[in-house]
Amino acid sequence: MKLESKVPAGGLSQKWTNHKFNLKLVNPANKRKYDVIVVGTGLAGASAAASLAELGYNVKIFCFQDSPRRAHSIAAQGGINASKNYPNDGDSTYRLFYDTIKGGDYRSREANVYRLAEVSNNIIDQCVAQGVPFAREYGGLLDNRSFGGAQVSRTFYARGETGQQLLLGAYSALMRQVGLKQVQMFTRREMLDVVLIDGKARGIVVRNLINGDVESYAADAVLLCTGGYGNVFYLSTNAKGSNGTAVWRAYKKGAFFGNPCFTQIHPTCIPVSGSYQSKLTLMSESLRNDGRIWVPKNPGDKRAPGQIPEEERDYFLERKYPSFGNLVPRDVASRNAKEMVDADKGVGSTGVAVYLDFNDAIKRLGRDKIEEKYGNLFEMYELITAEDPYHVPMRIYPASHYTMGGLWVDYNLMTTVPGLFALGECNFSDHGANRLGASALMQGLADGYFVIPYTLGGYLAEMKKEKVSTDHPAFKECEENIKQNVRKLLSVKGKRTVDDFHRELGNIMWNFVGMSRSENGLKTAVEKIRTLREEFWNDVYIPGSNEELNQSLEKAGRVADFLELGELMAEDALQRRESCGGHFREESQTEENEAKRDDENFAFVAAWEYKGQNVKPELHKEQLVFENVQPSQRSYK
Amino acid sequence: MAKNMNLKLKVWRQKNKEDKGRFQIYDATNVSPDMSFLEMIDVVNEELIKKGEDPIAIDHDCREGICGSCGVYINGRPHGPLREITTCQLYMRHFHDGQTIVIEPWRAAAFPVIKDLIVDRSAFDRIIAAGGFISVNTGGAPDANAIPITKDDQEWSLDAAECIGCGACVAACKNASAMLFVSAKASHLVRLPQGKIERERRALAMVAQMEKEGFGSCTNTEACSAECPKGISMDAIAQLRREYFKANFKVRK
Repeated sequence: MKLESKVPAGGLSQKWTNHKFNLKLVNPANKRKYDVIVVGTGLAGASAAASLAELGYNVKIFCFQDSPRRAHSIAAQGGINASKNYPNDGDSTYRLFYDTIKGGDYRSREANVYRLAEVSNNIIDQCVAQGVPFAREYGGLLDNRSFGGAQVSRTFYARGETGQQLLLGAYSALMRQVGLKQVQMFTRREMLDVVLIDGKARGIVVRNLINGDVESYAADAVLLCTGGYGNVFYLSTNAKGSNGTAVWRAYKKGAFFGNPCFTQIHPTCIPVSGSYQSKLTLMSESLRNDGRIWVPKNPGDKRAPGQIPEEERDYFLERKYPSFGNLVPRDVASRNAKEMVDADKGVGSTGVAVYLDFNDAIKRLGRDKIEEKYGNLFEMYELITAEDPYHVPMRIYPASHYTMGGLWVDYNLMTTVPGLFALGECNFSDHGANRLGASALMQGLADGYFVIPYTLGGYLAEMKKEKVSTDHPAFKECEENIKQNVRKLLSVKGKRTVDDFHRELGNIMWNFVGMSRSENGLKTAVEKIRTLREEFWNDVYIPGSNEELNQSLEKAGRVADFLELGELMAEDALQRRESCGGHFREESQTEENEAKRDDENFAFVAAWEYKGQNVKPELHKEQLVFENVQPSQRSYK
Repeated sequence: MAKNMNLKLKVWRQKNKEDKGRFQIYDATNVSPDMSFLEMIDVVNEELIKKGEDPIAIDHDCREGICGSCGVYINGRPHGPLREITTCQLYMRHFHDGQTIVIEPWRAAAFPVIKDLIVDRSAFDRIIAAGGFISVNTGGAPDANAIPITKDDQEWSLDAAECIGCGACVAACKNASAMLFVSAKASHLVRLPQGKIERERRALAMVAQMEKEGFGSCTNTEACSAECPKGISMDAIAQLRREYFKANFKVRK
């Protein structure tokens, strides 16, 4: 199969406009004849479902939570980018496009990223019209702030709860359509398979999480909006329920998986405190504006921070990167923290953390100013650690946060399975090898509000209209497979819990497929994951039955999938013998130990095709063509 | 460093909607004060599974106080003994060695128990579907700066918009009223110029749905606001009362 990105011809700034005109339309009276399934109710899913329903399509939407408003988009703190140029500081569509391509270390598609920048302004307009209470100036107009990787202020925000406010906006639009009966809402359902008929996606099979019923739903197209797979590391900033099952099952049905090894490790998270740790909490990137990151100069120095004199401290980011200092991009900050910990310079009782110190900033600006800027973050830190960051430096350490990789999609957001689309974090599309802050919210809403309403119409208008029903044998076969899989999981009756396996997988991923990767390490990871997977199927113990609400069983299915996805991530990291963005290969570094990209050999999207259980997947390459920007080596010295 | 603790948990167990349910006692041993409340439950659950028993079912997701999934009665108070936090943000250092902790689901006719500590809060979604929105379709919105909003209105609106829909207000209320939840949404939208257009319709529709769902009446005890993890103020309820009263005279029926 040949990968076709379907990027339209013409100049960069004309591509989307021309494409929208060239796409076939479904006439308004015919839209009600089409059924669309949306899986996931985060920013991408809720905005897509609402917008499609407004156009007149019949939409069914599914989530595993008890309400669509719980989706993990809700937890995003910082903000959403748009190139409005309200501050008059030189922003433009082209600049947002350029910053995003560069921030992604030249591993994303120009045309997609340009479109993202192009519709960014519409998103802000739409959200304000819905009643999203973005921060404002005294004159009543919108306020902006700065974020990493950009030299203009283009981030719109609502305190530290921008994700919540944007999601509630999309959720209210969605619920309005539910009230109008244009959308049918299905909560506490987990998608376990995509159903293909004549090679096209024609429905899904879900498990009802309350009573274990396996249910089928048919449609003319299926949209996956199911988020990232950062929980493969067990500990991450993701919600406990976030998982890769929907995309993994789609992959097994023929959707190619793009750049699975591109994961983002966020540098400033509250570190692990004990073996019971269940998740990690992010401390906003903005703290690095005023906090200074340091460790003791001498390995093994276990003194309290206040007892370590100034000359025995190593402000390692300021020392190594004098021009960017503590504000280097996320991947660089994370790797350096790991280096310090590996050199036995880590701090705190576990030794797996570095300090983020506000002492100088408090002296310079006064406590009030710091409280005004970061008060809520300081409170959150104290709530979790019982330490007062106004007096004791924060302890921070990197954690898994976001996955740039995901299902491969063409310019229309369609996967390699006709009729199966992927939106938001679950596709690979816009962030290359590293995502900039405040761009995840932008992408989720761009895909849902402003891209899919056009491109889905183009697909439906051209497809041959044939209704399918859930009585079709393809549905029955999927249902039977799912039931069998559940029986298999329940019948192992081994000795280890699901969480126990997940934790061990997380350790393998973190140690070998985390911030720093090497040929040997990755090969070890593949071996270890295979062994663990086998052990899982021989020794997992899941209490209870299928016919009830069974949280262990839900987790077991997700962990079984992570045990396969983890291996693909390691395989992908193995083949990419270059360093780029969040993917650091120890064999590919500059003389100064910085990431070294290899454009000659690796300027491509790795798209993996499933070939069967325990068969090596096939790698397809989509060459990335840069017609507008010239890839250059990033330097933050 | 504070010492680890041994605790007794008195937990509500209920197999499903039909089951009558009862309290059961469990030991939580060697609990670190740095554990979160949910991590303590995780550890107890792992032990239960290893003993072949059914783990305690509880809703939780983001574990950073914003998704609104978690929420249980802890020693008679929604989300436990501290103010303005959710269950997932509660840490075990706020309990002491030897203590008995009583853990129950939200109790309200409109929130039927599904299993153990998990309740059905879909009534909240239906209230929003009835009117908790501004009726704008995607596309065609004016430039965001075409609608100036005073900083005060924006901040007030956001104070109310912070509601996470956890249901603590209903659980805290002796009448199981949903007035704080409903009024938070009404207050969020009516503070903004773009939300004023359908204010009457919204107030009437949301209140009507609330009554249909079987929530009780509000008698201004303020328990809801005292237990709200986001500190939503009683001002919201006062505002909705005004909205509702005026709307009854203004809307053509």
